[in-house]
Amino acid sequence: MKRIKIKFLAASLLVFLICGCATTTQERILDLSQDQLKLRSIQTRAFDTSDKEKMMRSIMATLQDLDFVITKADYDLGIVTSTKFVDNQVLKMTVITREKGSKQLLVRANAQYGIKAVNSPGPYQNFFDALARSVFLTAQQID
Amino acid sequence: MRKNMPSVLVFMATIFICGCAATSSNLFKPAVSSLQARQVEMKQFEIKDELRVLSATAAVLQDMGFTLTEVEKKLGLIVASKERDATVPRQIAMAAFIDILGAAGGSSSNAMQTIDTIQTILVSCVTKRNLEGNKVVVRVSFQRVVFNRMNQVSRLETIKDPKIYEGFFEKLSKSIFLEADKI
Repeated sequence: MKRIKIKFLAASLLVFLICGCATTTQERILDLSQDQLKLRSIQTRAFDTSDKEKMMRSIMATLQDLDFVITKADYDLGIVTSTKFVDNQVLKMTVITREKGSKQLLVRANAQYGIKAVNSPGPYQNFFDALARSVFLTAQQID
Repeated sequence: MRKNMPSVLVFMATIFICGCAATSSNLFKPAVSSLQARQVEMKQFEIKDELRVLSATAAVLQDMGFTLTEVEKKLGLIVASKERDATVPRQIAMAAFIDILGAAGGSSSNAMQTIDTIQTILVSCVTKRNLEGNKVVVRVSFQRVVFNRMNQVSRLETIKDPKIYEGFFEKLSKSIFLEADKI
């Protein structure tokens, strides 16, 4: 009897193991499960400058220093997209710069590694640290 | 056997928990070798006009058979790509040898399908004026994606070989010089 129970438990754990991370695949289109505000503050910093061109050029230089290859850029929309190959996987990153009032710029970055979104704060902190060094400004957390 | 069960359960539970683990946090940290890579990928030209460097770069890329996929002159970016043959005779011979061995041994191996056939080469060039505004720095990087016969990606790589960068900059220097003389 006890043996059967354990077997049942093992089987159900196995099922959990397989189903554990799954949401239905269509849910992945909008990916709204994450806490949006939290994610936004992880991925965004404000800089005390209004020089958008200099900021965007610094973003490109920082990405290149991090071994990324710039694949797209548009000044008017403030977009820079780049890719990098890590362990035979593709790491993609888009950085968007836009004005916040007349004295600040907001920089938002988001990345995916292989088929996963990068949602943890560590990598973004590293990126903004490098960017701040490159523009000689402090990257400020936004509310 | 029954004694082992709890440890098996714990082991499975561990896998279950680790399944959703996030990617490593040092993803965007500069590599130790990044300074070295920088020197290989960058070259400075004694010229004030950034646009002229940009158009010379486009011309060189055309010389090399690239087609331009993205240009942003305000930020000094040119991205270009080309598809080329990626077959290596040695690799084909090796695959054929393995298949023949397999056939002789009575199994059906399929090494011929995994040989490299096509590569997509991507190049990205960024120009930047130096702080004094009297020189233009060009930074270039090459990437390569290799596909096998089954159209699967067999290799993703960023080119690190300094010779390739030297070759590129040599051509670019000539091109800037030609542009200056309007030939």
